[in-house]
Amino acid sequence: MSYLTAFITGGIICSIGQILIDKTKLTPARILVLFVCVGVILTGIGLYEPIVEFGGAGATVPLTGFGYALAKGVIKDVESLGILGIFTGGIKAASGGITAAVFFSLIASLIFRAHAKN
Amino acid sequence: MDKVYTNNEYKKIVDKVSPNSPIVKNITRAFFVGGFICIIGQFITNFFLNRGASRETVSSITPILLIFIAVILTGLDLYDTLGKFAGAGSVVPITGFANSVASPAIEYKSEGLILGLGAKMFTVAGPVLVYGISTSVIVGFFYYLLK
Amino acid sequence: MKRLGTQTIKLENPVSIIDTASIVGKKEGEGPLASYFDYILEDEYWGEKSFEKTESKILYETINKVLQKSKKTSSDINYILAGDLLNQCISSAYAIRDTNIPFLGLYGACSTMVESLSLGAILIDGGFANNVIAVTSSHFCTAERQFRFPLELGSQRPQTSQWTVTGSGASVLSNDGSGPKITTITTGKIIDMGIKDANNMGAAMAGAATDTIFTHFNETCRNIDYYDLIVTGDLGHIGSNLTNNMLNKIGVNIEQKFTDCGILIFDKEKQDTHAGGSGCGCCASVFSGYLYKKLKEREINKLLLIATGALMSTTIVQQGESIPGIAHAISIENL
Repeated sequence: MSYLTAFITGGIICSIGQILIDKTKLTPARILVLFVCVGVILTGIGLYEPIVEFGGAGATVPLTGFGYALAKGVIKDVESLGILGIFTGGIKAASGGITAAVFFSLIASLIFRAHAKN
Repeated sequence: MDKVYTNNEYKKIVDKVSPNSPIVKNITRAFFVGGFICIIGQFITNFFLNRGASRETVSSITPILLIFIAVILTGLDLYDTLGKFAGAGSVVPITGFANSVASPAIEYKSEGLILGLGAKMFTVAGPVLVYGISTSVIVGFFYYLLK
Repeated sequence: MKRLGTQTIKLENPVSIIDTASIVGKKEGEGPLASYFDYILEDEYWGEKSFEKTESKILYETINKVLQKSKKTSSDINYILAGDLLNQCISSAYAIRDTNIPFLGLYGACSTMVESLSLGAILIDGGFANNVIAVTSSHFCTAERQFRFPLELGSQRPQTSQWTVTGSGASVLSNDGSGPKITTITTGKIIDMGIKDANNMGAAMAGAATDTIFTHFNETCRNIDYYDLIVTGDLGHIGSNLTNNMLNKIGVNIEQKFTDCGILIFDKEKQDTHAGGSGCGCCASVFSGYLYKKLKEREINKLLLIATGALMSTTIVQQGESIPGIAHAISIENL
């Protein structure tokens, strides 16, 4: 069951991205920015948590989920550390993803070389 | 000679003759590929949850593994082919973020390890961090005020 | 007086194109014109460490090839007029540093091939040179990284986008010898139609193509009947369509004799190149490979070649400026 809800939720979020690309000529870089920011804001106003509860990975794997992690981290740290948490919480929660992307990309770029598109 | 059309008239004609993206096909593909990547994410999540890992641990492991897979596919010259097929279906998931970090890193290695690879790694993904983190600071600030 | 009008000149002594050479990439070698090119690369690197070095090598080897085919040595060549798309025209400069030939670097974006043929012909007709090489190049991978995104980024190309041709074409112009001759030259003005979409270059350049074709007919007192074929550089499918539309609107109908190098070089359906080919190497390789051979075989006797360019950089487009276009025309005839 969790697979089906993940599939549907993730599919819908990606479809929204596709509509934006095709209808507004937003480049992929802008889409990424937009989705993360929307994820942060929706989490902040309490609207994203229900989507995560329904969709599981379908809501956390898309970049809105990255925003969800940032916002949740900030909220958690503000709870425990007060005002300092505003600055420490976000990246702390997203640290695994960011570090993985940096480190694996570094290793990959030492191994692979770029190729022309097909 | 004078221009045949004013710039405004011309813009309308350009829009008319420029082919639109096959949007139904694109959305279908984005839905299925994006959904499928999330299924993989759910599989990793369930796998570790069933082995007793905490929710917090799993919420870190899942993106790390997906990013690992995406970076490997990028290096093998496969992720751009997937992207051509799936569009937003492979851009929007965290794997798309990983691809946007790995692809400039691989590309700009030719300009050296520091100013090429190191500096250009975030040409595409940098804005995601800049605006994502800044938005989270604003959200945190309001949360601090209102709690 | 050799001037026919504000933009057009007529050469007193038409300049011969005594031979041409072309080298293209793998994808271009899988296209409909494959059999016309002198050499087709097996991969995008050609044994070099970076795409920039590859592009430079393509240009260098094309020069060698055209020297060999025209039975000239580098000391016979008075000038080499070359250009490409990369910042500071490095593909040309690095290719030519080992040739020992006086070099003039040109930039006209994708219009550079006709710009170099024009200036070469003027140098020769003016009596300042006996032999001149005109050459340009482009490479898909160098253009992508300079103008767009990293190659491995998984994004979809918009339907209006054009595919930068990997390739180079070179011509040897001479005051002595046989071959098709450059007879008239119409130098384009910059025309800006207000297009801001860097993924729709054809639309940005169509206004300039229209202006140059119309002006050429006007100032030479020629019309479509005079020519066997009218070929633009790299307007692609959308730009060609728009050019036809605008010319029709002012009563010039060239449709039945009109095509475009960016349309000719790829098979749109099979090769998934969307709006067609582009880049300095597009017009250069299609002219040097395909069109020149058709002229030699006298299948075409009177050709109007119009190379089109979009004179922008990523910086200025990101600052919100529109994209100015330019188009230069030359007529090449079997006299």
